[in-house]
Amino acid sequence: MSVVTLTINDKLVSAPRTATLLDAIQDQGIDVPTLCHLKGLSERGGCRLCVVEVEGSPRLAASCVTPVAEGMVIRTHTEKIIKYRRQMIELLLAERNHVCAVCVQNGNCELQTLAAKLGVTSVRYDYICPDLPMDASHERFVMDHNRCVLCGRCNRVCDEVEGAHTLDMAGRGIHSKVIAGMNQPWGTSRSCTSCGKCVQVCPTGALFKKGSTAAEMKKQHDFLLWILDGREKKIWRWS
Amino acid sequence: MATSTSSKPRLATVWLGGCAGCHMSLLDLDERIVDVLNLVDLVYSPIADIKHFPEGVDVTLVEGSVCNEENLHLARELRKKSKLVVAFGDCAVTGNVPMMRNRLKLEGIISAVYTEPFYREGPGPVPQPESGAIPALLPKVVPLHGVIPVDVFLPGCPPSPDRIWAAINAILSGGPIELPVEMRTFG
Repeated sequence: MSVVTLTINDKLVSAPRTATLLDAIQDQGIDVPTLCHLKGLSERGGCRLCVVEVEGSPRLAASCVTPVAEGMVIRTHTEKIIKYRRQMIELLLAERNHVCAVCVQNGNCELQTLAAKLGVTSVRYDYICPDLPMDASHERFVMDHNRCVLCGRCNRVCDEVEGAHTLDMAGRGIHSKVIAGMNQPWGTSRSCTSCGKCVQVCPTGALFKKGSTAAEMKKQHDFLLWILDGREKKIWRWS
Repeated sequence: MATSTSSKPRLATVWLGGCAGCHMSLLDLDERIVDVLNLVDLVYSPIADIKHFPEGVDVTLVEGSVCNEENLHLARELRKKSKLVVAFGDCAVTGNVPMMRNRLKLEGIISAVYTEPFYREGPGPVPQPESGAIPALLPKVVPLHGVIPVDVFLPGCPPSPDRIWAAINAILSGGPIELPVEMRTFG
């Protein structure tokens, strides 16, 4: 396996040529925040929380979609990046209706946790408070667009792991929206296998088990690696 | 209660558009409430019968978001008269539940309560704002920092007594008010 050498936060490190910057950073035990990234799914580079400074480049790079290269010099926690990350969380909070107190995912939400961790004490932008619907037509699950951060994990797990591709994204920019089937009520989609993988990978309360009330949803991601390791590497974990 | 001769910091607590849960959580300090009252003079609060917001307040805890003209008026007044303003709980910090009405048309909100309640037994015609019976609603509910500068944000719905205790202690000791991560979450 060929290896490249790069500098992360003034430390010389090596990484496989096929690695992403995020892989290399995480290999060093450095904690870079992520939201749309989930180990086992393809990378999307959508949330931009994992951005890093690359010496010689005027732009910040999303480390999850940037391949490592020989001689790269990376900084992961400069003042500028920390400021931007905080700003991104604030924009996410302002864009939809993230009312933590009454959310099914309160206490177990990745957005809520990241906000606290990154030091978001308040949102400087006007809250948009959009009038968004909920889709409760599925017999087991509910889709609440008010809590969605458009990370696309649900789309990817549905397509890449379950192979159904029931969920997808419609619209552009702030008008983007997760849709089921041909933009129809989720419960009427004939391709949905009701496997629930989308619910388990959703970082917020946008997808949840029907019947859950405030703070009742807990999600488990580890099924993803059990399935993929079994399928691809024939490694089975029965615990 | 309020004594003008005392040299203790003057504390006020204010209730804007919220459910009073943050004040309930404040009372849930249990025996520590005695310690708080030994450290400060409580000069204004919904739990004390004081009609007007006084001058020269050191610290003001503000529960609730800014929903109507009265909230707005009191927010501006307390800012002028307080050295340190604390957004106390999620409604003040983020808008929280009261802000959920921002997606609705303003006209229907009060009549929904007065004349078209869920059980069809409302108190009757909507009082007109000029009658002074109820303050006019603002077009949109905003968090406290949407109308006045806020010095400290204390999130939580409600903030747990431990959070309140940690924040009050930090404020009164004059040190930086940096709560640990687990005390900084919304919700």
